[in-house]
Amino acid sequence: MTPYNPFNRNFGSGTRTKAVRPDMKWHELTRAGNIYEPGNANTYETGDWRSIRPVWNKERCIHCLFCWRYCPDASVIAKDGKFETFDYKHCKGCGICAKVCPVNAIDMVSEDEIEKVKEANKDEN
Amino acid sequence: MATLKELSKVEERFVGGHRLCAGCGHGITVRMILNAAEGSNVVVGCATGCLEVASTIYPYTAWKCSFIHNAFENAGATISGVEAAYRALKKKGKVKEDFKFIAFGGDGGTYDIGLQSLSGAMERGHNIVYVCLDNEAYMNTGIQRSSATPTGADTTTSPAGKVIPGKQQPRKDLTAIMAAHNIPYVAQTAINNWQDVHKKAKKALEVEGPAFINVLSPCPRGWRYNTPDIVEITKLAVETRFWPLFEVENGKWKLNYKPKKYVPIEEFLKPQGRFRHLFKPGNEHLIKAIQEEVDSRWLALLERCGETPELPPR
Repeated sequence: MTPYNPFNRNFGSGTRTKAVRPDMKWHELTRAGNIYEPGNANTYETGDWRSIRPVWNKERCIHCLFCWRYCPDASVIAKDGKFETFDYKHCKGCGICAKVCPVNAIDMVSEDEIEKVKEANKDEN
Repeated sequence: MATLKELSKVEERFVGGHRLCAGCGHGITVRMILNAAEGSNVVVGCATGCLEVASTIYPYTAWKCSFIHNAFENAGATISGVEAAYRALKKKGKVKEDFKFIAFGGDGGTYDIGLQSLSGAMERGHNIVYVCLDNEAYMNTGIQRSSATPTGADTTTSPAGKVIPGKQQPRKDLTAIMAAHNIPYVAQTAINNWQDVHKKAKKALEVEGPAFINVLSPCPRGWRYNTPDIVEITKLAVETRFWPLFEVENGKWKLNYKPKKYVPIEEFLKPQGRFRHLFKPGNEHLIKAIQEEVDSRWLALLERCGETPELPPR
């Protein structure tokens, strides 16, 4: 870490590649608070906001992609025009996908239930 | 008209990890609009509001495209400046690629605070698209009334109680104000009809000159409805004629959707907590007044669109 020098004309210019960390001093930040990595919010996980989780039912899905269209968090991943998976790292569990699904192929399951099942499986192993 | 299968192959330009509330209408609207821009390079500007403070928290950005930050009142001025700079650089041959310019503003940053800069940008004829995400109050600061708030809505600065029954003034018709600028394209749309949003966004991006789109983008916190019901609530707004879908292309008004049946405004008001006080006994006259306002605005709109001014059959 370079010490702060008020006579350095380049101070505050930061480095374009270095990620910004909370422990950085203000003069180490990027100039004008610019962000040089588009879409880096992807690395911030909002999945722990969720209390209910959407679970996809493969048999019932007709791949209409309404869930993809109405997801506010871009957490429905479609591949080649078909439903692929949910992005549980970013899904906030709003339940819109389950509501707009015309064939009820998405169930909203409580995270507590999922935890319980996980715990039970752990004991068995 | 592209199908969802084709559209889902377009690269996502508003990524997850932004901090909008669960079930926020803004995330859906922005994804729809940027999806309609498909492969073209986009520069986005954002007026202060929920969308801006939730999507660009330093050092993160949810935008996978150029993004310019500005204050509450100058989204229109900023994006028009960026567009003017781009034109100058292109003339000098310093920029080779083509760019599209989109500004997003909430209803506070568009209807009230940003109106003068937006009006100026539209009048100067910059090649930009301004999208107003109308959630009908200042939701970011905690649900204060704006000029987009409908009559009777309970907000923190128009609290429903013994003295007043919610907001007392009628809402401003911003789409008509923008149409009065005689710009090439003005449209009003709602997210329940994704084809309509997609079509209008595409038209606005393709048109030469300024374009304005007003999108109804529900807020589960401020409107106090059941979060997953976002599509139903927007659909009711359209069916009750509270939020008509129309477009104005080169001064020609066109109605895009005409409800087949007369749906009373109660259907739209009932699921929302902000209108709960209207259903208390003794407040029937308030709902009647809202219904009268909706009906008279609908008739005026039909007349502008060159259709027979009559209410849908009951």
